[in-house]
Amino acid sequence: MTEPLVEVAALSKHFPLGGKNFFGRRHGAVLRAVDEVSLRIMPGETLGLVGESGCGKSTLGRLLLRLIEPTDGNLIFNGAEITRLKGAALREVRRSMQIVFQDPYGALNPRMAVEDIIAEPLIIHGARQGPGTRKQVASMLDRVGLPARALDRFPHEFSGGQRQRIGIARALILSPRFVVCDEAVSALDVSVQAQIVNLLQDLQREMGLTYLFIAHDLSVVRHISDRVAVMYLGKVVEVAQKHAIYAAPLHPYTQALIAAVPASHPADRSRGKRVRIAGDIPSAFNPPSGCRFHTRCPYVMPVCREVVPPLVEPVPGHHVACHLIDASPAGAPT
Amino acid sequence: MSELAAEDFAPQRVHPARATLKRLFHHRLFVTGLALFGVIAIIAALAPWITDVDPNRLSMRNKFLSPNGDWVFGTDNFGRSLWSRTVWGAQLSMIIGASVVALNAVFGTLIGAAAGYFRRLDNMLMRVNDALMAFPAILLAIAVTSVLGPSTLNVILALGIVYIPRTARIVRSSVIVLREMEYVQAAVAAGAGHWRILRHHILPNAMAPMIVQLSFLFAYAVLSEATLSFLGVGAVPPTPTWGNIMAEGRDYMRDAPWIITIPGIALMITVMGLNLLGDGLRDVLDPRLRIQQ
Repeated sequence: MTEPLVEVAALSKHFPLGGKNFFGRRHGAVLRAVDEVSLRIMPGETLGLVGESGCGKSTLGRLLLRLIEPTDGNLIFNGAEITRLKGAALREVRRSMQIVFQDPYGALNPRMAVEDIIAEPLIIHGARQGPGTRKQVASMLDRVGLPARALDRFPHEFSGGQRQRIGIARALILSPRFVVCDEAVSALDVSVQAQIVNLLQDLQREMGLTYLFIAHDLSVVRHISDRVAVMYLGKVVEVAQKHAIYAAPLHPYTQALIAAVPASHPADRSRGKRVRIAGDIPSAFNPPSGCRFHTRCPYVMPVCREVVPPLVEPVPGHHVACHLIDASPAGAPT
Repeated sequence: MSELAAEDFAPQRVHPARATLKRLFHHRLFVTGLALFGVIAIIAALAPWITDVDPNRLSMRNKFLSPNGDWVFGTDNFGRSLWSRTVWGAQLSMIIGASVVALNAVFGTLIGAAAGYFRRLDNMLMRVNDALMAFPAILLAIAVTSVLGPSTLNVILALGIVYIPRTARIVRSSVIVLREMEYVQAAVAAGAGHWRILRHHILPNAMAPMIVQLSFLFAYAVLSEATLSFLGVGAVPPTPTWGNIMAEGRDYMRDAPWIITIPGIALMITVMGLNLLGDGLRDVLDPRLRIQQ
């Protein structure tokens, strides 16, 4: 079996609220944005990460890239521990992991020309400004489907989809192995979304990329992912192969999420009973005890309020954290 | 790669800085302000060539002459040429204003960027800032010049100390917003260091509100310098500053009103010009501020 490219073990990020008082002492509550998450991402695969807004998807993505510092846990990239790397060693690791952002407007510095935006990672890693770098940037532009005359333009001259292509070019110029796509297509029109998703898939094939694809749109995730992880309030509640999770979701939250996707064909609509969940996502400041989903779960049991369900593997390759599921490969609740 | 990828982008090839300049020169307030301030600035720059009498040359025979053919702006109580004194006063005002602006541009940016970017320093720097800002500007300036002693250089230092906290606060607030931008995150992800991020991503984008602030600051500095001279804690008489001329002219306001009026009008034109110019800059560079006011 191949080694995972990215592996996180019990990774947590807690944001203290209310900040420090005048003398530097902490006070106030703690927001548990990501709470003891464990995940493995295999080389060459696309792991989709879905969940409602505020569930900690983006925080997890940024933790993996060391853009924010984890409170606790371990982060292993390509077999090496990178949780506490600093300085030059960290910069070296950053070569291999990059990010594509959601907002095509905020992700590009409005005062830099496209050439400088895309060349910046190269310059940071020792390239010199000059014809060689310019050529490299131009060929990267070509790979993302923009003409070389875009080099001297400024971000405001481009449409959202074109800006997203520039953002992708910047992320890929260093030939990274791992790319976090943080809602990379969520802000785009549907037609442009499809183009960008196809572009990401083409580039994955050509460059052997591994993606963590963060999104809240389940149909996009279904299209691009090999496996899907579902997050709820800072916890991963279910991880499985795409087909397994869409065909037979085990966790009641996943079932509700998938039931909420409108069917594309009228004949599909009546099939099966729909799991609905009511209410809003509870606050991560003071998450519910036990299973975090118990306040909204249609199958809630007394044990759910007391004990945090562990992530178990009832079916090989299908992980789920729910008290309804036994660790033994038995039936799922339907 | 995909069919619509070659969909064309905006045809015009305009550098953003040039587009901004074009909009500025179509802004009526900005152009008016620039013209008013420009006239004073040019006169100040040409002072040695457009005055023929030493601004401090006494001539008791010619005192209290009202403006006439020989003495364009008349003379004061010592028979000194008011034209010479006002023109050289303009030069001093410009030097002081520009120096205070330069001090603010350097130290205000340094302190503001440090506080906004390195949040560990924020609490300390901003509490010192708050303490300085708690004093009314002119009172603090008087206190500082009283300690340092009255001189042109000390006026510059005093006004610098008074206004730097205000500039720093404005820079800090822009930096706090900008450091969370995704392009800054992208630079971090690419391995950029603090210096590179500040220099290439944060400061260039924090410039607009600061330029607006500095244009208003120029006006405040000129006005405050005149106030300090008028109150007798600025540049030492007989140095020709507008404040000094007005302070001396105050005693003869009835009989020789031109002594106090002429530098007063010059001061008014300068401050109004700078404020209009600042309003124009604000509208063009930083339109969000306009809504707030």
